[in-house]
Amino acid sequence: MGRTLAEKVWDDHVVTRAEGEPDLLFIDLHLLHEVTSPQAFDGLRKAGRTVRRTDLTIATEDHNTPTLDIDKPIADPVSRTQLETLRRNCAEFGVRLHPLGDVEQGVVHVVGPQLGLTQPGTTVVCGDSHTSTHGAFGALAFGIGTSQVEHVLATQTLPLSPFRTMAITVEGELPEGVTAKDLILAIIARIGTGGGQGYVIEYRGSAIENLSMEARMTVCNMSIEAGARAGMIAPDETTFAYLKDRPHAPAGDDWDAAVAYWRTLRTDDDAVFDREVVIDATELSPFVTWGTNPGQGAPLSSAVPDPASYEDASERLAAEKALEYMGLTAGQALRDIRVDTVFVGSCTNGRIEDLRAAASVLEGRDVADGVRMLVVPGSVRVALQAVEEGLDKVFTAAGAEWRHAGCSMCLGMNPDQLAPGERSASTSNRNFEGRQGKGGRTHLVSPQVAAATAVLGHLASPADLSGATAARTPLEV
Amino acid sequence: MEAFTTHTGRAVPLRRSNVDTDQIIPAHWLKKVTRDGFEDGLFEAWRKDPEFVLNRPERAGASVLVAGPDFGTGSSREHAVWALQNYGFKAVVSSRFADIFRGNSLKNGLLTVVLPQETVEALWELTENDPSVEVTVDLVAREVRAEGLTAGFDLDENARWRLLEGLDDIGLTLRHEADIASYEARRPAFKPSTALI
Ligand code: SF4
Repeated sequence: MGRTLAEKVWDDHVVTRAEGEPDLLFIDLHLLHEVTSPQAFDGLRKAGRTVRRTDLTIATEDHNTPTLDIDKPIADPVSRTQLETLRRNCAEFGVRLHPLGDVEQGVVHVVGPQLGLTQPGTTVVCGDSHTSTHGAFGALAFGIGTSQVEHVLATQTLPLSPFRTMAITVEGELPEGVTAKDLILAIIARIGTGGGQGYVIEYRGSAIENLSMEARMTVCNMSIEAGARAGMIAPDETTFAYLKDRPHAPAGDDWDAAVAYWRTLRTDDDAVFDREVVIDATELSPFVTWGTNPGQGAPLSSAVPDPASYEDASERLAAEKALEYMGLTAGQALRDIRVDTVFVGSCTNGRIEDLRAAASVLEGRDVADGVRMLVVPGSVRVALQAVEEGLDKVFTAAGAEWRHAGCSMCLGMNPDQLAPGERSASTSNRNFEGRQGKGGRTHLVSPQVAAATAVLGHLASPADLSGATAARTPLEV
Repeated sequence: MEAFTTHTGRAVPLRRSNVDTDQIIPAHWLKKVTRDGFEDGLFEAWRKDPEFVLNRPERAGASVLVAGPDFGTGSSREHAVWALQNYGFKAVVSSRFADIFRGNSLKNGLLTVVLPQETVEALWELTENDPSVEVTVDLVAREVRAEGLTAGFDLDENARWRLLEGLDDIGLTLRHEADIASYEARRPAFKPSTALI
């Protein structure tokens, strides 16, 4: 019987296999950041162990880093301690680190791909659930806990029991104005936040094949929000073109050998998935969340659902609680929801294409009065590229704040937070209670919807911005 | 992980049931970035009371905690185990442990011994009457011994073997060192490296 993409990558990494025991898998790439690594290094130190493969390990600072005044000492002592600890640990154990201020610094899941470290057919782990992002390259990539971080540091392997496989096939063309973010939000709303539990999802079909690499990363990034262990997309010409000539991509003969191998990484025709879901791309439209988990979403053109309409009692209760927390009423049009904050950034939508998309909507327009808009590039490289293209000027001319790279308001570990009761349209991935600040209310949206929402002050898509709102002559850039 | 074969030490009688991990180590200690230095957080709230058993001079240096039933319930924080170990405890005796706490403790080399409640009571009386009494927790013989008292206990064979050998998950994996090295030797040259170019 044929094998799926996930099974092929798995099989190629088995170090030992024994009856009744988990497989020992080799890990090709281990990404570290300041939050989940300190106790792992401490464990190594206590046991007198070293990092087995510093050449397969890389660290960056992202969760706690400020996005303003990055040359000044970090005010919060806990954030400062975590960053200083990472710096000490990396120096002591010989791990490559890109600290705040470095040109390669940024959100860990933006940095790996842009350096060309994330490659098809590799195993990638990080003490962070959104490691699923890297699956966009046909890598088997998943988040791990701190004791597993220590395990990988010491052995470059992990004992793991096999996952089940799920295919999500998206056929047809995405309608104009519908993005990868709308697609993944719609998928999660369809299968639920637990729908992917225990599975590695493979996204396939013509709509997926037509996505750019960055859009594929947006899709795979949120696999974890459907409960999946990982998300994957088979590598193809788009993948190879993205990787070619990146700093850590193979070169010369190695490139040819790599591409030859990468081409074998496709699910065999006779392979069987444990579960299959089919989505019609042509039926999709801009999608936003109204609730407090990423599965509580609906088309922007619709209304806040009535909890009474849910047959499942626990879903009904969850919807009731969500509406109460979000301060919404059933039946209210989603377009009528006013926001005071717009956040563009994160490992879901903080890459250059996302910034371009937001800027193209904002160009020649103004952020509405009373709305604060933060644009936080996913990495310093993304920021530099945006500046080169003049996007930063488009943002600041519109009245948005152009910030330094990091996780920022995605989780509010740094000072970028919502105040209690504040409401955001956010391109990040989690709308949990308090995720962006205690009492803050989050609506997950695409970069395009974020920008249109900033202009109108209520949830909106670019289609809602008729020419009339283009108040100023477009800026020359 | 340090191997555990047999340990002899004085005991601390903790006459409380349902000691949850928040009581063992309060949440505000979780911001720390190390696995040590948690000893001052151990039972922090109770230790404000000078009469609390751990604060009494005759209990200084004791290394076997004898607790009431349902020890270690609540949050899964591994810090609870680290706090007990940092303080100097080598073994905890109770008639019932929370599953996650027990898993965490065995992973870290803290021996959790399940004994019938009558035996726990007997140990409490013994050490309360004479704090200098020594208790031996013998993993080889699977026995707890103290003056005039011998009680056998169960522990699953795999966990026992790992404790006796001092093998944590990493130690176990490192037994496959030769397999890892041979896998590394056959990895294709085109695989990515983070080494600076
Ligand atoms: S951007 Fe958000 S989701 Fe991504 S790694 Fe940072 S905190 Fe996590």
